[in-house]
Amino acid sequence: MKKHSYFERTKTVSDSSFRRRMIFPFVIFVVLLAGGFFAWKWLNDQPQDHMILKPLRKTLEANEKVFKGTLGKNKESKTYTVADAVKNVKVNGLIGIQDTIDASKWRLQVIRGAGDTLKISLDELKQLPKKDIIFDFKCIEGWSQVTHWAGVSMRDFMEHYHLQGFEQMQYAGLQTPNKKYYVGIDMKSFLEPQTILCYEMNDAPLPMKQGYPLRLIIPVKYGIKHLKCIGTMFFSNSKPPDYWAEQGYDYYAGF
Amino acid sequence: MKTVLKKHPLAIRWFHWINFPILGIMIWSGLLIYWAYSKYTLSVGNRQLFHFFSPGFYKALKVPHRLAEGMSFHFAFMWLFFGNGLLYVTYTIFSGEWRYLLPNRKSFKEGWQVLLHDLHIHKYVPPQDKYNAAQRIAYTAIIVMGFGSIITGLAIYKPVEFGWCTWLCGGYESARLIHFMLTIGYCLFFVVHIVQVIITGWNNFQSIVTGIEIFKPITPEPQPQMQIETQPEEVQPSPIEPLPNEEA
Repeated sequence: MKKHSYFERTKTVSDSSFRRRMIFPFVIFVVLLAGGFFAWKWLNDQPQDHMILKPLRKTLEANEKVFKGTLGKNKESKTYTVADAVKNVKVNGLIGIQDTIDASKWRLQVIRGAGDTLKISLDELKQLPKKDIIFDFKCIEGWSQVTHWAGVSMRDFMEHYHLQGFEQMQYAGLQTPNKKYYVGIDMKSFLEPQTILCYEMNDAPLPMKQGYPLRLIIPVKYGIKHLKCIGTMFFSNSKPPDYWAEQGYDYYAGF
Repeated sequence: MKTVLKKHPLAIRWFHWINFPILGIMIWSGLLIYWAYSKYTLSVGNRQLFHFFSPGFYKALKVPHRLAEGMSFHFAFMWLFFGNGLLYVTYTIFSGEWRYLLPNRKSFKEGWQVLLHDLHIHKYVPPQDKYNAAQRIAYTAIIVMGFGSIITGLAIYKPVEFGWCTWLCGGYESARLIHFMLTIGYCLFFVVHIVQVIITGWNNFQSIVTGIEIFKPITPEPQPQMQIETQPEEVQPSPIEPLPNEEA
C-alpha cells in the first residue's frame, strides 16, 4: 500500500499568493451562505398546496413514485398472533363519527355511475368469507399498536359485487355517511391482499368509536386512511378528496 | 514566503458545509414530527430524570401542531442529506482521504489518551496526524450514525417496502427510538465539535473554509514516561503523492 504522509502535503507560497488563498475562499463562502439563505427564503415564499409548500408537495408526490411498489407486488404488513393484539385499542379520531347509527337502516353505498348506486347491508357483507388480520396499526403521529380486525377482503368484495371493472381506475374514494371524513386511496394499495372492509375488532362487532358498522382496514397505510363508518364508496381517475391531505399531509401516506 | 499545509480538499469542505444546514433542517423537521408523539424519557428505575421535551422547550422553538409541515420538509431534505452523505463517503474512499479518517489498531488506545489530555488529566500529547485518534473515532462514528439514520428512517418511513430494515432495527417502535437517539447523538456531537473548534483556534477553523493551514512543524515534546511506548513511527521519506487540485 502506498504510504500517504499527511505532513508532506505542504507547499511554499508567496505572501501575496497566501493572502489570495485566504481571502478568495472566504468570499466564496459568504456568497454561498447568502445563496443558501435566499434559497431557503425562496422555498418558504412559495405558494401553499393544501397547507404545505408547493415544491414540498411535489416532492411528496415524487416520493410516492419512488417507493410505491419499488420492491415488487403484493407487499404485506407483518402479521401477528391473537395473543399479541392489545385489548385496549386506542381511539384517536372521531371526525365524521356519529353518536348512534341504526345498522338495520345502514347500507354501504357503492356508486357505480350516475344514478346507479349499489346498496349493501351489513348482513349481506357478512355472508362473504371472513378474513382476520392482526397487524401493527401505525398512526401518522408516531405511535403504533398491534390490533386484531376482521371483515371482508377487498378483493373478494370487488369480485363478488362484479366491481372488477373499476379496478382499472386510479383511485377509490370513501366517505362517512355525513361526509365529514373522507379519504382517497390509490387503487394498488386499495386492492392489496390485506385490505379489508372491517366489521369486527377483537372478535366482537366494531365499537361505535371504532367506526361501527363498517370501517376500512388497510395495513399498507397510516391510520388516517383507515376510514371509520363507511357510508359511500366510489372510484375515480382523479384524486378523490382526502381530509388529511387537505390539512397538509401526504396524499399517499403509505408504507 | 509561507509554508502551508493542504488540509481539507475542496470536496470535503463542500460536503461539510452543505451537510451542516441540511442536517439542521432534518433535526428541526424531525422535532416537528417527534412532537406529535413525544414520549421518550430518561429514567432510572421509576424515577424520571428527563422528558424529551418540556412544553416550554417546544413553545420556545414554535414546535407544536406542525406535524404535517415537519413531514413535508423531512421527506424532501432527506434526499439531500442522503445524497451529500453518499458523495462524501464515495469521495473519501476514492481520494484516499479515508486513511486519515478511519480508526486503526492504535486509535482506541490513543483515543483514550486524547480524552485524558483534552480534559487536562494527563499532560501526554498523543500523536497527531491530520486527525488524532479521538477525531478518527468521532468522524467515523458520525458516518456510521448517518448510515444508521438512513436505515432506521427507512424502517419507519416504509415499514412494508423496507420491512427488512424494520426487522433489522428490532421492530417499528425500536426503529423510531434508535432514529431519535441518533439525532440526540448528532446534537451532542455538534456541541463537542463546536467547543473543540473554539479551543483549537482560528488557524484550524479557517482551514475548513480555505483548505490550507500555516504549517507548524510538530516537534515532539520530551515525554519521559510514555515516549518509548507510543512515539509515532518514523516517517519514511517517500515521494509526495500528487494532490487533487483543490482550487475550483
